[in-house]
Amino acid sequence: MTDLHKAYGPVEAVRGLSFEVERGEVFGLLGPNGAGKTTTVEILEGYRRRSAGEVRVLGHDPATRDRDLQQRVGIVLQSCGIYPRVTVREAVRHFGKAYDHPRDADETIELVGLGEKADARTKELSGGQRRRLDLALALVGDPELVFLDEPTTGFDPAARRTAWGVVRALKELGKTVLLTTHYLDEAQELADRVAIVKEGRIVAEGPPDQLGPGSSGYRVSYLSGGNRVEHQTDDPTELLHRLTRDAIARGERLDGLEVTRPTLEEVYLELTADADST
Amino acid sequence: MNPMGLAWEQFRLERKLFWRNPSAAFFNFLLPLLLLVLIATAFATDDTELEILIPGIAGMGVLATTFTALAYNLTWLRDEGVLKRIRGTPMPAGAYLAGFIGSATLNAILQVTLVVTIGNLLYGVDWPQDPLMLAGFTLLGVICFAALGVAFSHIIPNEEAAPAYTNAIFLPVIFISGVFYSANELPEALKVVAEALPLKHLVDGLSEAIVGGGSADVGTAALVVAAWAAVALFLAVRFFRWE
Repeated sequence: MTDLHKAYGPVEAVRGLSFEVERGEVFGLLGPNGAGKTTTVEILEGYRRRSAGEVRVLGHDPATRDRDLQQRVGIVLQSCGIYPRVTVREAVRHFGKAYDHPRDADETIELVGLGEKADARTKELSGGQRRRLDLALALVGDPELVFLDEPTTGFDPAARRTAWGVVRALKELGKTVLLTTHYLDEAQELADRVAIVKEGRIVAEGPPDQLGPGSSGYRVSYLSGGNRVEHQTDDPTELLHRLTRDAIARGERLDGLEVTRPTLEEVYLELTADADST
Repeated sequence: MNPMGLAWEQFRLERKLFWRNPSAAFFNFLLPLLLLVLIATAFATDDTELEILIPGIAGMGVLATTFTALAYNLTWLRDEGVLKRIRGTPMPAGAYLAGFIGSATLNAILQVTLVVTIGNLLYGVDWPQDPLMLAGFTLLGVICFAALGVAFSHIIPNEEAAPAYTNAIFLPVIFISGVFYSANELPEALKVVAEALPLKHLVDGLSEAIVGGGSADVGTAALVVAAWAAVALFLAVRFFRWE
């Protein structure tokens, strides 16, 4: 996807977004509400037309709504209903029929952990169970690529853990996953690579544990006379060399020396902090 | 599965959903029949009145099972995001809508059949004079009111508003379109409105097919309903929204 733009009238929701997702990768779009994540994903899913830019999903332009592409893609939307008066099994079976090579309905239900609820009507499911049904309906076509738009928003912690387990299972099955979330821990936990989106642009991209240090850089600190002295630097090698050299020259020790990289949370907060001021 | 097969699967699911929702089944299905029995028992003592009521209720049945049911259901499906979900699968739009509207069509056909059957068995009205014409007008009515239902759903803002919107059309229209009494007895102003709308003409056509007598102009009736159908089909397709 290159230089994607999407404008709603005068409002530009997506302003020149580019990224690439490898096969078998879990890619996370992370950003605050209103950053343009859902708009981006809905363009990739074929729901919206882009204003400008190049988009390829499994080699297809999603805007053409090619049936061959839809056969290979599974979609979990942010919120989307289901007939209340069908059972879980009936729903999964019915949606499976549209696919050329569907996964077995019961097996799909087991995969998302709804086995015990297979004969329950969908209106009897809890919020977390409904979300798992959403996932089952997205997986019943045995897709190569799965879109998950904020899959755990509104979940209690236990339900989130279960959902995370399903995403990991998808990865083990070799599926490519594009995930949007505004939860940092979720991105950190699940994604191989993360792109932080702000105001329709990507402000940082990379594996969550190596994500660009930004201006905060590395933090080097040590104790001196009982107080913690802290330095920030983009190049800890040079700084450490200078600090240790000086300490040795003075015959001192650098007690409690620590070199830390900013956590994803710090990077995220820094990058998205001035969201209102620009 | 091919699109025909998928349309059939959708149709089967819609049938299941219909009977699993007793309150909707009641309003769309049993209410016209209940009105028929109540009115026929209470007021329609002579054959002339019955010969107005039977085709009238049949027309109302077509309106309820297609226009009202589709406008209401489609608004619900859109508001809940079911349409959007289906849009994200390889289910072809045509197959989905064929199954969905096919189910409403079956309800309309069942409704007309039941009304005619009750009319004969309970009230001694003759079997339809022209069964072929009855089938033709039923089908034309289904196309017209199904398309109007789909088109009308486009302007219903959300599912909470759906009953109010559909009843705001349904109730006045059945009162002026000769469902319960002859439309000829209406004041001139209302008659003009009824003449412009399709239900009165559908009832005319059904009346001619069921009781005969040549009082209604079948050609005009068919033409008006077909014209409404054409406009409604255009609007239904042109402004269709999946979300």
